[in-house]
Amino acid sequence: MPRHLKIAVIVLVVAVLAGLIYLRVLHQRVARLAHTQASEEQERREVVAPPISTPTDVTANAQMFWISTTQADQLAPVTVQLPLSADPVERAKQLIGALIANPPTPAQRTLPTGATLLSFYILPDGTAVADFSDALASETPSGILSEWMAVNSIVQTLAANVPGITRLKILIHGQEAQTLAGHVDISGFFDLRAPVPPAATTPPTPPVAPKAPVAHVGAGL
Amino acid sequence: MLEFAQVVGDALRAQGFQVVMTRRRDVDPSFDDRATIANAQSDAIFISLHIGSTGPAGTVRTYTYLFPPAAAATTASATTETDATLQGANAMATQPVAPPAGFLLWSQAQKPYALQSRKLGDLLQVELAQKFPGSPEISASVPIYQLRSVAAPAVAVELSSIAMDPQKLEAMAPALADEITRAVVAYKTIYPPGGK
Repeated sequence: MPRHLKIAVIVLVVAVLAGLIYLRVLHQRVARLAHTQASEEQERREVVAPPISTPTDVTANAQMFWISTTQADQLAPVTVQLPLSADPVERAKQLIGALIANPPTPAQRTLPTGATLLSFYILPDGTAVADFSDALASETPSGILSEWMAVNSIVQTLAANVPGITRLKILIHGQEAQTLAGHVDISGFFDLRAPVPPAATTPPTPPVAPKAPVAHVGAGL
Repeated sequence: MLEFAQVVGDALRAQGFQVVMTRRRDVDPSFDDRATIANAQSDAIFISLHIGSTGPAGTVRTYTYLFPPAAAATTASATTETDATLQGANAMATQPVAPPAGFLLWSQAQKPYALQSRKLGDLLQVELAQKFPGSPEISASVPIYQLRSVAAPAVAVELSSIAMDPQKLEAMAPALADEITRAVVAYKTIYPPGGK
C-alpha cells in the first residue's frame, strides 16, 4: 500500500474514533441537560403548585391513567400510592397534580409539565369544573390523539378515584375554550360515568336530494 | 399538509368526484369558515386531514364526532365563589332550542349525520388498517370541534408521529390518497345519495 494511502487511512481512523468519543460526550451533555431541566421544572412546580395536604389525607391506592407503555395510542391504568383527602375537591386537586407531576416515564406523560390546575369546583349536581393554566392549551402537543388522551387521562383518573362527579367541564384560565389545542372540543362536558362512550346511534337524516357528487377535502391545522 | 390534501383531492377527482378544498394556500380559515364552505355543498362528504405528533409512527386514524352526553338538569344553587362558573355551566346545560324551519343549529349540525359519518369512518379505517400496519381497525368517536358544524357525513383523518418528517409524509401520501378514495367510492356505492 502506498505511503500516502496509509496516512489517509490512519487519519480517517483517528477522525472516526475522535467522532465517536465526541458523540459520547455530546450524549452525556444532552442527558445532563435533560436532568437539569427536569429538576428545574420540579423546583418551579413546587413553587407554583405546592403539594396539597389536608388533615383528612390518607395514603391510598390511586388509579392513574397515563399513556400505555405497550400501546402508544392508548391510556392504561397505573396504581400508585398517594396521600388523598376525604374532601372530593381536594382529592381531585391532588390527583390532577399527580397526573401532571408524576408520570412513571416521560413517554407516558399526557399533560404538559407546565400545566397547572388553577382551581377546581364540584357543583351540587355532580358537575366538576377544572380550571387550568394557559399551558394546558399551549403546551399540549397539537393533534387529535394527543389532545384526546390528555382529556381522557383527566376524565378517567377522576372517574376512578373521586366518587360523586358525574361530568367535567374544562376551562382554560377561567375562560371557556373551543378546543384544547386546536382539535378536541372542550366547549361541552365530559361524562365521567362513561369515560369512553359508545358510538353515536342517532338515526341518520337522509341527505338532501343530490345535484352532483361532492367530496369535500379539508386540510387541517 | 396542504400538498398532501392536494394529492388526496387529485385522487378523488380522478374518480369523478367534485372536490372543494377549504384552503388552497397557507392560510388558516376558522372552523366556521370551513363548515360554511362544506354546508354550501349538496350531497357532500367532509374529510378533514391532520398530522399528529403522538401515536405509533406511520399509523393512521379516522375519527367521527362524539357528541357530549345530554346535559343533566342543574337544580341547586352555588356559593358566591362559583357563581360565575355555575352560570356558564347552566347556560351550557340548557337544551338547545330547535331552529326555525330551513335554519341549521350550527353547533349541532353534525348530529343528524352521526351514524352516516360513523359508517364512512369505519369503511375508511378498514382500508387504512390494511395499508398501514398498526392502525386501528375501526374508527373512533372524539369531539373534534371542526366536525360538529358540518351538515354532512364528516370524518377527520390523522397521521401519527410524522409531523417532523416531510419526506415520510410525501412517501405516504399516494397510498393514503388511494385508500381514502377507495373508501369514498365504497361509501357512495353502499349508501347512494338519497338512499337510506
